[in-house]
Amino acid sequence: MVIDTRKCVGCMDCVIACKTENDVPDGHCRDWIGQRLQGEMPDLRLTITSERCNHCDSPPCVTCCPTGASHVQEFGRVVLIDHDKCIGCKACLAACPYGARFIHPDGYADKCTFCMHRVVRGLAPACVAVCPTHSMYFGDLDDPDSEVSRLIASRRHFALKPDAGTAPRIFYLE
Amino acid sequence: MIELLTTRHNPLVDPTLHVWGWQIPVYLFLGGWVAGSMVLTGYLQGRARAPGQSSVSDRLPWVGLLLISLGMGALFLDLEHKLYVWRMYLTLQPLSPMSWGGWILLLVYPVLAMGALATLADGWLDSWPALAAFARRLKSPAASRWLGRLNIIVGVALGIYTGILLSSLGARPLWASAVLGPLFLVSGLSAGAAFAHLIAPDHDEQVQLIRFDNVFLITELGLIALFLIGHLTAGAVHAQAAQLLLGGPYTAVFWVLVVGLGILLPLVIQALMVAERIPHTLIAPLLVLLGGLALRFVIVFAGQYSHWISP
Repeated sequence: MVIDTRKCVGCMDCVIACKTENDVPDGHCRDWIGQRLQGEMPDLRLTITSERCNHCDSPPCVTCCPTGASHVQEFGRVVLIDHDKCIGCKACLAACPYGARFIHPDGYADKCTFCMHRVVRGLAPACVAVCPTHSMYFGDLDDPDSEVSRLIASRRHFALKPDAGTAPRIFYLE
Repeated sequence: MIELLTTRHNPLVDPTLHVWGWQIPVYLFLGGWVAGSMVLTGYLQGRARAPGQSSVSDRLPWVGLLLISLGMGALFLDLEHKLYVWRMYLTLQPLSPMSWGGWILLLVYPVLAMGALATLADGWLDSWPALAAFARRLKSPAASRWLGRLNIIVGVALGIYTGILLSSLGARPLWASAVLGPLFLVSGLSAGAAFAHLIAPDHDEQVQLIRFDNVFLITELGLIALFLIGHLTAGAVHAQAAQLLLGGPYTAVFWVLVVGLGILLPLVIQALMVAERIPHTLIAPLLVLLGGLALRFVIVFAGQYSHWISP
Protein backbone atom coordinates (compact mmCIF):
# COMPACT_ATOMS: atom_id res chain seq x y z
CA MET A 1 0.00 0.00 0.00
CA VAL A 2 1.18 3.50 -0.80
CA ILE A 3 -0.29 6.63 0.76
CA ASP A 4 0.33 10.13 -0.54
CA THR A 5 0.72 12.40 2.49
CA ARG A 6 0.36 15.46 0.23
CA LYS A 7 -3.17 14.40 -0.64
CA CYS A 8 -4.30 13.04 2.73
CA VAL A 9 -6.31 15.59 4.71
CA GLY A 10 -6.99 13.42 7.75
CA CYS A 11 -10.75 13.30 7.20
CA MET A 12 -10.94 9.81 8.76
CA ASP A 13 -13.16 8.45 6.00
CA CYS A 14 -10.77 5.48 5.84
CA VAL A 15 -11.29 4.82 9.55
CA ILE A 16 -15.07 4.93 9.27
CA ALA A 17 -15.08 2.81 6.12
CA CYS A 18 -12.96 0.17 7.82
CA LYS A 19 -15.20 0.07 10.88
CA THR A 20 -18.26 -0.30 8.71
CA GLU A 21 -16.83 -2.81 6.25
CA ASN A 22 -15.25 -5.03 8.89
CA ASP A 23 -17.75 -4.55 11.71
CA VAL A 24 -14.97 -3.34 14.00
CA PRO A 25 -16.36 -3.23 17.56
CA ASP A 26 -17.01 0.05 19.35
CA GLY A 27 -13.97 1.48 21.10
CA HIS A 28 -11.55 -0.29 18.77
CA CYS A 29 -10.03 0.55 15.40
CA ARG A 30 -8.05 -1.31 12.76
CA ASP A 31 -6.81 1.92 11.19
CA TRP A 32 -6.32 5.40 12.52
CA ILE A 33 -4.96 8.81 11.67
CA GLY A 34 -1.56 9.93 12.87
CA GLN A 35 -0.19 13.43 12.77
CA ARG A 36 3.49 14.26 13.04
CA LEU A 37 4.47 17.84 13.65
CA GLN A 38 8.13 18.45 12.88
CA GLY A 39 10.45 21.42 13.14
CA GLU A 40 10.68 24.51 15.36
CA MET A 41 8.40 27.52 15.42
CA PRO A 42 7.75 29.12 13.02
CA ASP A 43 9.16 26.53 10.61
CA LEU A 44 6.73 23.70 11.24
CA ARG A 45 5.63 20.88 9.00
CA LEU A 46 2.54 18.77 9.60
CA THR A 47 2.34 15.31 8.01
CA ILE A 48 -0.87 13.33 8.19
CA THR A 49 -0.60 9.55 8.00
CA SER A 50 -3.39 7.03 7.64
CA GLU A 51 -1.99 4.10 9.64
CA ARG A 52 -2.77 0.41 10.08
CA CYS A 53 -0.98 -2.94 10.19
CA ASN A 54 2.08 -2.65 7.94
CA HIS A 55 1.87 -6.29 6.81
CA CYS A 56 5.61 -6.45 7.36
CA ASP A 57 7.93 -8.64 5.36
CA SER A 58 9.56 -9.67 8.61
CA PRO A 59 6.56 -9.77 10.94
CA PRO A 60 7.47 -10.32 14.62
CA CYS A 61 3.78 -10.94 15.38
CA VAL A 62 3.92 -14.09 13.25
CA THR A 63 7.13 -15.56 14.64
CA CYS A 64 6.08 -15.11 18.28
CA CYS A 65 2.63 -16.69 17.84
CA PRO A 66 2.54 -20.00 19.77
CA THR A 67 -0.30 -21.55 17.76
CA GLY A 68 0.34 -20.38 14.21
CA ALA A 69 -2.83 -18.28 14.33
CA SER A 70 -0.84 -15.30 13.07
CA HIS A 71 0.40 -16.20 9.64
CA VAL A 72 1.50 -14.80 6.31
CA GLN A 73 -0.95 -15.61 3.57
CA GLU A 74 0.70 -16.80 0.40
CA PHE A 75 -1.48 -14.58 -1.78
CA GLY A 76 -0.06 -11.09 -1.46
CA ARG A 77 2.07 -12.00 1.59
CA VAL A 78 -0.59 -10.39 3.76
CA VAL A 79 -0.38 -10.97 7.53
CA LEU A 80 -3.61 -12.49 8.79
CA ILE A 81 -4.98 -14.04 11.99
CA ASP A 82 -6.93 -17.30 12.18
CA HIS A 83 -9.40 -16.47 14.96
CA ASP A 84 -10.10 -20.12 15.72
CA LYS A 85 -6.43 -20.75 16.46
CA CYS A 86 -5.82 -17.63 18.54
CA ILE A 87 -5.67 -18.22 22.32
CA GLY A 88 -5.52 -14.50 23.18
CA CYS A 89 -2.04 -14.65 24.75
CA LYS A 90 -1.32 -11.10 23.50
CA ALA A 91 2.30 -11.87 22.57
CA CYS A 92 1.61 -10.49 19.09
CA LEU A 93 0.34 -7.23 20.57
CA ALA A 94 3.57 -6.91 22.53
CA ALA A 95 5.68 -7.87 19.50
CA CYS A 96 4.20 -5.28 17.13
CA PRO A 97 6.13 -1.99 17.25
CA TYR A 98 3.21 -0.20 15.58
CA GLY A 99 0.49 -1.08 18.08
CA ALA A 100 -1.56 -2.26 15.12
CA ARG A 101 -3.28 -5.14 16.92
CA PHE A 102 -5.94 -5.23 19.58
CA ILE A 103 -7.98 -7.83 21.39
CA HIS A 104 -11.44 -8.21 19.91
CA PRO A 105 -14.17 -8.32 22.58
CA ASP A 106 -14.69 -11.97 21.56
CA GLY A 107 -11.17 -12.72 22.83
CA TYR A 108 -8.98 -13.11 19.75
CA ALA A 109 -6.33 -10.77 18.37
CA ASP A 110 -7.60 -8.60 15.54
CA LYS A 111 -6.18 -6.12 13.04
CA CYS A 112 -6.26 -4.88 9.45
CA THR A 113 -6.56 -7.60 6.83
CA PHE A 114 -6.14 -5.28 3.84
CA CYS A 115 -9.83 -6.24 3.33
CA MET A 116 -8.76 -9.55 1.78
CA HIS A 117 -12.41 -10.53 1.35
CA ARG A 118 -12.72 -7.59 -1.05
CA VAL A 119 -9.31 -7.97 -2.69
CA VAL A 120 -9.98 -11.57 -3.74
CA ARG A 121 -13.08 -10.25 -5.55
CA GLY A 122 -10.99 -7.69 -7.39
CA LEU A 123 -12.00 -4.78 -5.18
CA ALA A 124 -9.76 -2.35 -3.36
CA PRO A 125 -9.67 -2.32 0.46
CA ALA A 126 -12.52 -0.26 1.92
CA CYS A 127 -10.19 2.51 3.13
CA VAL A 128 -8.69 2.89 -0.33
CA ALA A 129 -12.06 2.79 -2.07
CA VAL A 130 -13.61 5.61 -0.03
CA CYS A 131 -10.68 8.01 0.18
CA PRO A 132 -12.14 11.31 -1.12
CA THR A 133 -8.75 12.71 -2.14
CA HIS A 134 -7.54 9.45 -3.72
CA SER A 135 -4.48 9.54 -1.51
CA MET A 136 -4.26 5.77 -1.11
CA TYR A 137 -3.00 3.24 -3.62
CA PHE A 138 -3.17 -0.53 -3.33
CA GLY A 139 -1.41 -3.04 -5.53
CA ASP A 140 1.35 -5.55 -6.04
CA LEU A 141 4.73 -4.30 -4.82
CA ASP A 142 6.38 -7.35 -6.39
CA ASP A 143 5.26 -6.19 -9.83
CA PRO A 144 7.63 -3.41 -10.97
CA ASP A 145 5.01 -2.13 -13.42
CA SER A 146 2.24 -1.74 -10.84
CA GLU A 147 1.11 1.75 -9.86
CA VAL A 148 2.36 1.32 -6.28
CA SER A 149 5.79 0.19 -7.48
CA ARG A 150 6.08 3.08 -9.89
CA LEU A 151 5.05 5.57 -7.21
CA ILE A 152 7.67 4.49 -4.70
CA ALA A 153 10.24 4.30 -7.48
CA SER A 154 9.58 7.88 -8.54
CA ARG A 155 8.67 9.72 -5.33
CA ARG A 156 10.46 10.32 -2.05
CA HIS A 157 8.85 8.15 0.55
CA PHE A 158 9.21 6.80 4.05
CA ALA A 159 7.94 3.90 6.13
CA LEU A 160 7.08 3.88 9.83
CA LYS A 161 9.72 2.83 12.35
CA PRO A 162 12.08 1.33 9.75
CA ASP A 163 14.72 0.80 12.44
CA ALA A 164 12.44 -1.71 14.20
CA GLY A 165 13.63 -4.14 11.55
CA THR A 166 10.23 -5.43 10.50
CA ALA A 167 10.41 -4.34 6.84
CA PRO A 168 7.00 -2.61 6.78
CA ARG A 169 5.11 -2.66 3.46
CA ILE A 170 3.11 0.54 3.70
CA PHE A 171 4.94 3.47 2.18
CA TYR A 172 4.13 7.14 2.62
CA LEU A 173 4.90 9.54 -0.21
CA GLU A 174 6.40 12.83 0.96
CA MET B 1 11.14 18.55 17.60
CA ILE B 2 8.66 15.89 16.56
CA GLU B 3 5.21 15.75 18.11
CA LEU B 4 3.09 12.72 17.34
CA LEU B 5 -0.68 12.63 17.65
CA THR B 6 -2.95 9.70 16.98
CA THR B 7 -6.68 9.09 16.88
CA ARG B 8 -6.15 5.48 17.97
CA HIS B 9 -7.49 4.51 21.38
CA ASN B 10 -7.45 0.72 21.49
CA PRO B 11 -7.80 -0.89 24.94
CA LEU B 12 -4.57 -2.45 26.31
CA VAL B 13 -2.54 -0.71 23.60
CA ASP B 14 -3.03 3.03 24.16
CA PRO B 15 -1.73 5.36 25.44
CA THR B 16 1.08 2.89 26.19
CA LEU B 17 1.07 -0.87 25.81
CA HIS B 18 -0.25 -2.64 28.91
CA VAL B 19 -1.43 -5.99 27.58
CA TRP B 20 -0.06 -7.98 30.52
CA GLY B 21 -1.20 -7.31 34.07
CA TRP B 22 -0.29 -9.14 37.31
CA GLN B 23 -0.82 -12.62 35.87
CA ILE B 24 2.28 -12.77 33.67
CA PRO B 25 4.80 -11.50 36.26
CA VAL B 26 3.32 -13.90 38.82
CA TYR B 27 3.55 -16.78 36.34
CA LEU B 28 7.13 -15.89 35.37
CA PHE B 29 8.10 -15.71 39.04
CA LEU B 30 6.47 -19.00 40.00
CA GLY B 31 7.85 -20.67 36.87
CA GLY B 32 11.35 -19.44 37.71
CA TRP B 33 10.97 -20.55 41.33
CA VAL B 34 9.92 -24.03 40.22
CA ALA B 35 12.81 -24.11 37.74
CA GLY B 36 15.28 -23.27 40.50
CA SER B 37 13.72 -25.87 42.80
CA MET B 38 14.00 -28.53 40.10
CA VAL B 39 17.68 -27.82 39.47
CA LEU B 40 18.42 -27.95 43.20
CA THR B 41 16.35 -31.11 43.58
CA GLY B 42 18.36 -32.70 40.80
CA TYR B 43 21.62 -31.70 42.43
CA LEU B 44 20.62 -32.81 45.95
CA GLN B 45 19.21 -36.13 44.75
CA GLY B 46 22.45 -36.92 43.03
CA ARG B 47 24.42 -36.73 46.27
CA ALA B 48 25.11 -39.66 48.56
CA ARG B 49 22.82 -39.65 51.55
CA ALA B 50 23.21 -41.47 54.88
CA PRO B 51 20.43 -44.00 55.61
CA GLY B 52 17.48 -42.23 57.18
CA GLN B 53 18.91 -38.78 56.47
CA SER B 54 16.17 -36.44 55.35
CA SER B 55 16.66 -33.92 52.57
CA VAL B 56 14.70 -30.94 51.39
CA SER B 57 14.77 -32.55 47.94
CA ASP B 58 12.04 -34.89 49.23
CA ARG B 59 9.75 -31.91 49.76
CA LEU B 60 10.57 -29.76 46.75
CA PRO B 61 8.72 -31.82 44.09
CA TRP B 62 5.49 -31.44 46.07
CA VAL B 63 6.02 -27.71 46.46
CA GLY B 64 6.90 -27.53 42.76
CA LEU B 65 3.66 -29.21 41.74
CA LEU B 66 1.69 -26.68 43.78
CA LEU B 67 3.64 -23.65 42.52
CA ILE B 68 3.59 -24.61 38.84
CA SER B 69 -0.15 -25.23 39.08
CA LEU B 70 -0.66 -21.79 40.60
CA GLY B 71 1.56 -20.30 37.89
CA MET B 72 -0.30 -22.00 35.09
CA GLY B 73 -3.54 -20.87 36.70
CA ALA B 74 -2.31 -17.28 36.51
CA LEU B 75 -1.24 -17.84 32.90
CA PHE B 76 -4.67 -19.22 32.04
CA LEU B 77 -6.37 -16.22 33.65
CA ASP B 78 -4.34 -13.96 31.37
CA LEU B 79 -5.56 -15.61 28.17
CA GLU B 80 -8.31 -13.70 26.38
CA HIS B 81 -9.52 -16.66 24.30
CA LYS B 82 -9.42 -19.23 27.08
CA LEU B 83 -11.46 -22.02 25.52
CA TYR B 84 -8.98 -22.26 22.65
CA VAL B 85 -5.94 -22.91 24.87
CA TRP B 86 -5.74 -26.51 23.59
CA ARG B 87 -4.60 -25.07 20.27
CA MET B 88 -1.16 -24.65 21.88
CA TYR B 89 -0.75 -28.41 21.85
CA LEU B 90 -1.67 -29.08 18.25
CA THR B 91 1.53 -27.49 16.99
CA LEU B 92 5.12 -26.66 17.83
CA GLN B 93 6.11 -23.29 16.43
CA PRO B 94 9.92 -23.43 16.27
CA LEU B 95 10.38 -19.64 16.29
CA SER B 96 7.97 -18.98 19.15
CA PRO B 97 9.44 -19.26 22.68
CA MET B 98 5.87 -19.27 24.00
CA SER B 99 5.18 -22.43 22.01
CA TRP B 100 8.36 -24.03 23.36
CA GLY B 101 7.31 -22.94 26.85
CA GLY B 102 3.94 -24.60 26.51
CA TRP B 103 5.62 -27.91 25.73
CA ILE B 104 8.27 -27.46 28.44
CA LEU B 105 5.45 -26.97 30.97
CA LEU B 106 4.01 -30.29 29.84
CA LEU B 107 7.36 -31.93 30.66
CA VAL B 108 7.57 -30.24 34.05
CA TYR B 109 4.51 -32.01 35.43
CA PRO B 110 5.57 -35.62 34.89
CA VAL B 111 9.11 -34.93 36.11
CA LEU B 112 7.80 -33.30 39.28
CA ALA B 113 5.17 -36.00 39.71
CA MET B 114 7.80 -38.76 39.42
CA GLY B 115 9.97 -36.93 41.94
CA ALA B 116 7.00 -36.66 44.30
CA LEU B 117 6.11 -40.34 43.85
CA ALA B 118 9.67 -41.33 44.71
CA THR B 119 9.38 -39.57 48.06
CA LEU B 120 6.30 -41.47 49.22
CA ALA B 121 6.89 -43.96 52.01
CA ASP B 122 6.14 -47.62 51.34
CA GLY B 123 2.53 -48.38 52.11
CA TRP B 124 1.06 -45.12 50.84
CA LEU B 125 0.27 -46.59 47.48
CA ASP B 126 -0.87 -50.05 48.55
CA SER B 127 -4.29 -49.44 47.01
CA TRP B 128 -2.67 -48.89 43.59
CA PRO B 129 -0.23 -51.78 43.06
CA ALA B 130 0.94 -50.62 39.63
CA LEU B 131 1.70 -47.13 40.91
CA ALA B 132 3.41 -48.59 43.99
CA ALA B 133 5.63 -50.74 41.78
CA PHE B 134 6.50 -47.72 39.64
CA ALA B 135 7.32 -45.65 42.73
CA ARG B 136 9.58 -48.45 44.03
CA ARG B 137 11.43 -48.46 40.74
CA LEU B 138 11.84 -44.67 40.94
CA LYS B 139 13.52 -45.07 44.33
CA SER B 140 16.34 -47.21 42.95
CA PRO B 141 19.71 -45.38 42.88
CA ALA B 142 19.92 -45.55 39.08
CA ALA B 143 16.40 -44.16 38.57
CA SER B 144 17.06 -41.50 41.18
CA ARG B 145 20.17 -40.36 39.32
CA TRP B 146 18.28 -40.19 36.03
CA LEU B 147 15.40 -38.34 37.63
CA GLY B 148 17.90 -35.90 39.10
CA ARG B 149 19.42 -35.24 35.68
CA LEU B 150 15.96 -34.84 34.17
CA ASN B 151 15.09 -32.32 36.88
CA ILE B 152 18.17 -30.27 36.07
CA ILE B 153 17.59 -30.30 32.29
CA VAL B 154 13.89 -29.45 32.46
CA GLY B 155 14.49 -26.92 35.25
CA VAL B 156 17.13 -25.05 33.24
CA ALA B 157 14.90 -25.08 30.15
CA LEU B 158 11.96 -23.72 32.15
CA GLY B 159 14.03 -21.03 33.85
CA ILE B 160 15.71 -19.75 30.70
CA TYR B 161 12.52 -19.86 28.66
CA THR B 162 10.75 -17.48 31.06
CA GLY B 163 13.34 -14.84 30.14
CA ILE B 164 13.63 -15.64 26.44
CA LEU B 165 9.85 -15.39 26.19
CA LEU B 166 10.20 -11.66 26.76
CA SER B 167 13.51 -11.06 24.99
CA SER B 168 12.12 -12.47 21.74
CA LEU B 169 9.58 -9.62 21.55
CA GLY B 170 11.95 -7.13 19.94
CA ALA B 171 9.37 -4.36 19.67
CA ARG B 172 9.96 -3.74 23.39
CA PRO B 173 13.56 -2.49 23.59
CA LEU B 174 13.96 -3.17 27.32
CA TRP B 175 13.26 -6.86 26.73
CA ALA B 176 15.58 -7.12 23.73
CA SER B 177 18.50 -8.52 25.70
CA ALA B 178 20.06 -11.97 25.65
CA VAL B 179 20.85 -11.49 29.35
CA LEU B 180 17.17 -11.77 30.30
CA GLY B 181 17.13 -15.59 29.97
CA PRO B 182 20.13 -16.21 32.27
CA LEU B 183 18.93 -13.44 34.62
CA PHE B 184 15.53 -15.05 35.10
CA LEU B 185 17.15 -18.48 35.46
CA VAL B 186 19.53 -17.28 38.17
CA SER B 187 16.76 -15.36 39.89
CA GLY B 188 14.72 -18.56 39.84
CA LEU B 189 17.65 -20.53 41.25
CA SER B 190 17.97 -17.93 43.98
CA ALA B 191 14.26 -18.13 44.83
CA GLY B 192 14.47 -21.94 44.78
CA ALA B 193 17.52 -21.98 47.08
CA ALA B 194 15.99 -19.39 49.43
CA PHE B 195 12.79 -21.36 49.84
CA ALA B 196 14.71 -24.64 50.10
CA HIS B 197 16.84 -23.43 52.99
CA LEU B 198 13.71 -22.05 54.61
CA ILE B 199 12.15 -25.51 54.79
CA ALA B 200 15.29 -27.69 54.85
CA PRO B 201 15.11 -30.28 57.65
CA ASP B 202 18.87 -30.88 57.82
CA HIS B 203 21.18 -28.18 59.23
CA ASP B 204 24.19 -28.97 57.04
CA GLU B 205 22.03 -28.95 53.93
CA GLN B 206 20.50 -25.68 55.06
CA VAL B 207 23.90 -24.02 55.38
CA GLN B 208 24.92 -25.34 51.96
CA LEU B 209 21.73 -23.97 50.40
CA ILE B 210 22.34 -20.56 51.97
CA ARG B 211 25.83 -20.59 50.46
CA PHE B 212 24.33 -21.51 47.08
CA ASP B 213 21.81 -18.70 47.38
CA ASN B 214 24.55 -16.19 48.13
CA VAL B 215 26.36 -17.25 44.97
CA PHE B 216 23.11 -16.95 42.98
CA LEU B 217 22.42 -13.49 44.42
CA ILE B 218 25.92 -12.23 43.54
CA THR B 219 25.55 -13.70 40.04
CA GLU B 220 22.18 -12.00 39.71
CA LEU B 221 23.77 -8.66 40.59
CA GLY B 222 26.36 -9.23 37.89
CA LEU B 223 23.71 -10.13 35.32
CA ILE B 224 21.67 -7.03 36.21
CA ALA B 225 24.80 -4.94 35.65
CA LEU B 226 25.37 -6.64 32.28
CA PHE B 227 21.71 -6.13 31.36
CA LEU B 228 21.96 -2.38 32.01
CA ILE B 229 25.41 -1.98 30.42
CA GLY B 230 24.22 -3.88 27.35
CA HIS B 231 21.31 -1.49 26.91
CA LEU B 232 23.32 1.65 27.61
CA THR B 233 25.88 0.74 24.96
CA ALA B 234 23.43 -0.49 22.30
CA GLY B 235 22.16 2.73 20.79
CA ALA B 236 19.59 5.39 21.56
CA VAL B 237 16.52 3.13 21.63
CA HIS B 238 18.02 0.76 24.17
CA ALA B 239 19.62 3.54 26.21
CA GLN B 240 16.22 5.20 26.47
CA ALA B 241 14.72 1.88 27.59
CA ALA B 242 17.40 1.50 30.27
CA GLN B 243 16.57 4.99 31.49
CA LEU B 244 13.25 3.60 32.70
CA LEU B 245 15.30 1.93 35.45
CA LEU B 246 17.92 4.68 35.74
CA GLY B 247 15.94 7.78 36.57
CA GLY B 248 12.64 6.92 34.89
CA PRO B 249 9.35 5.84 36.46
CA TYR B 250 10.52 2.35 37.45
CA THR B 251 13.77 3.43 39.11
CA ALA B 252 12.65 3.48 42.74
CA VAL B 253 10.87 0.14 42.71
CA PHE B 254 13.74 -1.49 40.81
CA TRP B 255 16.58 -0.29 43.01
CA VAL B 256 14.74 -0.44 46.33
CA LEU B 257 12.64 -3.60 45.98
CA VAL B 258 14.65 -5.68 43.50
CA VAL B 259 18.27 -4.73 44.21
CA GLY B 260 18.16 -3.34 47.77
CA LEU B 261 15.60 -5.45 49.60
CA GLY B 262 15.60 -8.39 47.20
CA ILE B 263 19.33 -8.97 46.72
CA LEU B 264 21.70 -6.85 48.83
CA LEU B 265 19.95 -7.04 52.21
CA PRO B 266 19.30 -10.81 52.11
CA LEU B 267 22.87 -11.30 50.86
CA VAL B 268 24.22 -9.53 53.94
CA ILE B 269 21.84 -11.40 56.28
CA GLN B 270 22.67 -14.76 54.71
CA ALA B 271 26.40 -14.06 54.82
CA LEU B 272 26.03 -13.44 58.57
CA MET B 273 24.00 -16.65 58.86
CA VAL B 274 26.72 -18.68 57.15
CA ALA B 275 29.33 -17.10 59.43
CA GLU B 276 27.06 -18.08 62.36
CA ARG B 277 26.97 -14.48 63.57
CA ILE B 278 23.16 -14.61 63.62
CA PRO B 279 20.73 -17.53 63.80
CA HIS B 280 18.79 -18.73 60.80
CA THR B 281 15.93 -16.36 60.05
CA LEU B 282 13.07 -16.51 57.62
CA ILE B 283 13.43 -12.80 56.81
CA ALA B 284 16.25 -13.33 54.30
CA PRO B 285 14.54 -16.01 52.17
CA LEU B 286 11.27 -14.10 52.24
CA LEU B 287 13.10 -10.99 51.01
CA VAL B 288 14.71 -13.04 48.21
CA LEU B 289 11.28 -14.27 47.13
CA LEU B 290 9.88 -10.74 47.29
CA GLY B 291 12.80 -9.49 45.20
CA GLY B 292 12.27 -12.20 42.59
CA LEU B 293 8.60 -11.30 42.29
CA ALA B 294 9.41 -7.59 42.10
CA LEU B 295 12.01 -8.26 39.36
CA ARG B 296 9.36 -9.91 37.17
CA PHE B 297 6.87 -7.10 37.80
CA VAL B 298 9.39 -4.37 37.01
CA ILE B 299 10.75 -6.03 33.87
CA VAL B 300 7.28 -6.90 32.51
CA PHE B 301 5.75 -3.50 33.21
CA ALA B 302 8.75 -1.37 32.25
CA GLY B 303 9.27 -3.49 29.13
CA GLN B 304 5.73 -2.86 27.96
CA TYR B 305 6.27 0.83 28.56
CA SER B 306 9.43 0.86 26.41
CA HIS B 307 9.04 1.40 22.67
CA TRP B 308 10.84 2.37 19.50
CA ILE B 309 11.44 6.08 19.52
CA SER B 310 11.49 6.67 15.76
CA PRO B 311 8.20 8.05 14.40
